[in-house]
Amino acid sequence: MIKKTLSLAACLFLYLLPLLTRAQTMEAERKYTAFDMRSNGKIYVLTACILIILLGLILYLVRLDRKITQVEKETK
Amino acid sequence: MRKKWWKIFCVILLIYTITGGLLFSVPAREILAETIRNLYFHVCMWFGMMILFTASVVYAIKYLRSQNMVHDIYSVNFAKVGILFGVLGYATGFIWASYTWTEYASNTQIFREPKLLGAAIALLVYFAYLVLRGSITDMDKRARVSAVYAIFAYAMLFPTIWILPRLLESLHPGKEGNPALNFKDSDARLRMVFYPAIIGWTLLGVWIASLKIRLDFIKEKSILND
Repeated sequence: MIKKTLSLAACLFLYLLPLLTRAQTMEAERKYTAFDMRSNGKIYVLTACILIILLGLILYLVRLDRKITQVEKETK
Repeated sequence: MRKKWWKIFCVILLIYTITGGLLFSVPAREILAETIRNLYFHVCMWFGMMILFTASVVYAIKYLRSQNMVHDIYSVNFAKVGILFGVLGYATGFIWASYTWTEYASNTQIFREPKLLGAAIALLVYFAYLVLRGSITDMDKRARVSAVYAIFAYAMLFPTIWILPRLLESLHPGKEGNPALNFKDSDARLRMVFYPAIIGWTLLGVWIASLKIRLDFIKEKSILND
């Protein structure tokens, strides 16, 4: 049941994604915002955030790896 | 597959990709501006997908030659992670295009874009692969039919994502050659992060696939031991 709801929510999200980006295209008229981010140093904040997400995902994967190794040993 | 070194290598490459990808200087490009950095993320998803699908088709052929269930498990899990990478590539491409193509192309042009349609068809062919597998209950039959289908699905990738977008009018870069690989589009600064990024993201895909494969081995233990 939860699985179904989750997959439905995921489908809905993917379906609505275009609308979201469409609305933001207007704002994109203000070009080269990325350069602003570089000049005032905010890009480092973004880099730190993305790195934390990456490391969190990797840590999760490592734990999953260990758990599977453990189950493999138990079933042998 | 249980070795540690390549997983550590993968993590180092990904950390380098993100730090270098966001902070290193990039060549100035018309329209794209700073979003050229997406080369390290969006493009790498498609490279990863292609490599994983290649692994999948190799194991599908191996299965057909040996009738060994182990090869079937390898084949299907590489395909599944390949699909994940494809969906991620499509989603990132959508955002990228809606900020860049909209500046000079009309909506009609974007909806007719052969690369978008081709990639969608290629992914749908692979979705059908999963549906096909899910609909057959007999294990040997499922493995055999899906291995044959995997070969056809892989063959469909070439007209849909490689050939057709180059024949038709396309907004997507790389119509006149190999996008991201030719020397006019890319330059040394981009390649310095781009090549490690491909390896890093692909290794991450292989890592996820290897976990899924090991899980399947545990699940199908009784059958595999026969």
